[in-house]
Amino acid sequence: MPLTRREFLKVTGVGLAAGSLGMLGFGASGVAQAAAVRPFKLAHTTETRNTCTYCSVACGILIYSMGDRAKNALSNIIHIEGDPDHPVNRGTLCPKGSALLDIVHAPTRLKAPRYRKPGGTEFEEVSWDFALDRIARLMKEDRDKHFITQNAAGTTVNRWTSTGMLAASASSNETAYLTWKVARSLGMVVFDNQARV
Amino acid sequence: MSDMQSQDYVRRSATTMTPPKARSHEDQVAKLIDVSRCIGCKACQSACMEWNNLRPEIGHFEGSYENPMDLGPSVWTLMKFAEYENEQGNLEWLIRKDGCMHCEDPGCLKACPAPGAIVQYANGIVDFISDKCIGCGYCVKGCPFDIPRISKTDHKSYKCTLCSDRVAVGLEPACVKACPTGAIMFGSKTDMTNWAGERIEDLKSRGFAKAGLYDPPEVGGTHVMYVLHHADKPSLYSGLPDKPRISPVVELWKGIIKPLAVIGIAMAAVGAFFHWTTIGPNEVTEADEAEADRVLREKEEEST
Repeated sequence: MPLTRREFLKVTGVGLAAGSLGMLGFGASGVAQAAAVRPFKLAHTTETRNTCTYCSVACGILIYSMGDRAKNALSNIIHIEGDPDHPVNRGTLCPKGSALLDIVHAPTRLKAPRYRKPGGTEFEEVSWDFALDRIARLMKEDRDKHFITQNAAGTTVNRWTSTGMLAASASSNETAYLTWKVARSLGMVVFDNQARV
Repeated sequence: MSDMQSQDYVRRSATTMTPPKARSHEDQVAKLIDVSRCIGCKACQSACMEWNNLRPEIGHFEGSYENPMDLGPSVWTLMKFAEYENEQGNLEWLIRKDGCMHCEDPGCLKACPAPGAIVQYANGIVDFISDKCIGCGYCVKGCPFDIPRISKTDHKSYKCTLCSDRVAVGLEPACVKACPTGAIMFGSKTDMTNWAGERIEDLKSRGFAKAGLYDPPEVGGTHVMYVLHHADKPSLYSGLPDKPRISPVVELWKGIIKPLAVIGIAMAAVGAFFHWTTIGPNEVTEADEAEADRVLREKEEEST
C-alpha cells in the first residue's frame, strides 16, 4: 500500500495515541485474560500418611503424590506437609521436615543396602535378602560364640554383650516397643536409641 | 474470559475501570506473626520454598544467621535477626519473619503501570500476575516495606502471594501451617486482631509495657500483622518502618500528574476534533503552490 507522507503521519499518530491511552489505563476492556490465582497443585493427588524420617519427635506428615493410583500412572511425590490430625505436631513441621521433599528426590539418597566386603575398599549395592541374611548369619555366629548364660556367682543372666544395636530415631511408641522386644529377647544389652538427629 | 469477570478483585493496577463489586460479602483474611513466640527456626522459609517450588541458588555464609542475606525472586519470606540491648543492658534477640505485608492500600499496586499486573482480592491478598508484569521495577519503588524483587532471568517481579492458591481453596498459607511454635497464625482479620489482643495483654503482664500490634494505618492497615514486644519502636526489628509511607513520588505521579496528563491528552483530542469540524484541514490550492514556487525561485536567485 503506497502511503503519502501525510497518511503515514496520520497512521503513526493514531497508533501512538492509542498506545498512550492504553498505557494510561484504558487498556483492559475486551482483552482476553487468564484467571489470576495459581491453580491448586494438590487437587487430585494421592494423600498418604507417614512419619517424618528425621528426629524422635516423629511428626506426622502427609505425602502428596501425582496420580490417583490408576494402574498406568506411576506415583511421584510432589509435596509433603504436616498432618493436622497427628497428635504430635498437629500439622506443623520444623525447617528440616518442611524440606522433606528434597530428601525424597535427592540424588545422594540411599535407596538400597550397601556392602563393603572384608578387606574391600568400595561399598557396593546389594539386595535386601543378601543384607538381611548376612546380618542374621553374623549375629547368630557371634551370639553362639559369646552368649553368657551365667555370671561368676552362678546366677542366670542370659547376656549377649559382644554385639550392640543402635535403633532408629523416628520410632513411634509401637515401633520402639517391638524393637525393644526383639533386641532384649536376644539377650542384647548394648542397646541405644538415636534420640536426635 | 476477561479477568475482570473474577469478582474477587477489588483493585487492579493501572486500570481506571472499577472491578465488579456485587459479591461484597467476603471476609478479609490476615496472617499474624507473633514475634515474641518466634524461635527463628526458619520452618516458614522452608515450607514457603517447598510449596511455591522455589529453590534459590545456594549462597555463602556471611557471618549472620540470616540465610540468604536478602529477599529475592525465589526468596519470598526471610527470617531477619536483630540483636538489641535493652534499657536494662540485657540482650534481646529480635527475630522477624520478613515478607509482603499485603497492605490494604498497596503502594506496589498504585505505582504499577502494567494493567492487571498487580491485583488485590476481596479477601485482602495482594498478588502479582506474572504474565502481565513488564519488569519495570515501579513496584519496588512503590513498596513502603522494600519487598518485591525483580528476577534477573525473566525480568518479572516476585513476592509472597500469601499462598493465594492455598487460601483460594480454603487452606492456610504454607508458612502458617509449618510454624512449630504457633508464632504465625492465620484467620479472618477480626479474629487475628482479637488473638493479638490476648497476646499483647499477656506480654504486658510479663513486663513488656510497650507490647502492641503492628497494623500500620499509614497504608490502610495490613493483612500481615505483627505482635511486637516493642511496638513503640518497630525499627528495632531489622528496620521495620515506624511509619510506612508510599513514596511521595508515586503519590504525586499517580495522584496528580497522571490524571492531569490524561485530561491534557483528552483536551488535545477534543480541541483537534472541533478544529477539524469548524475550520477543517489546511487545503493547499494551485495558487498556493505557484506562490511557493515563486518564493523559492526568488530565494535561489538571491543566493546565487
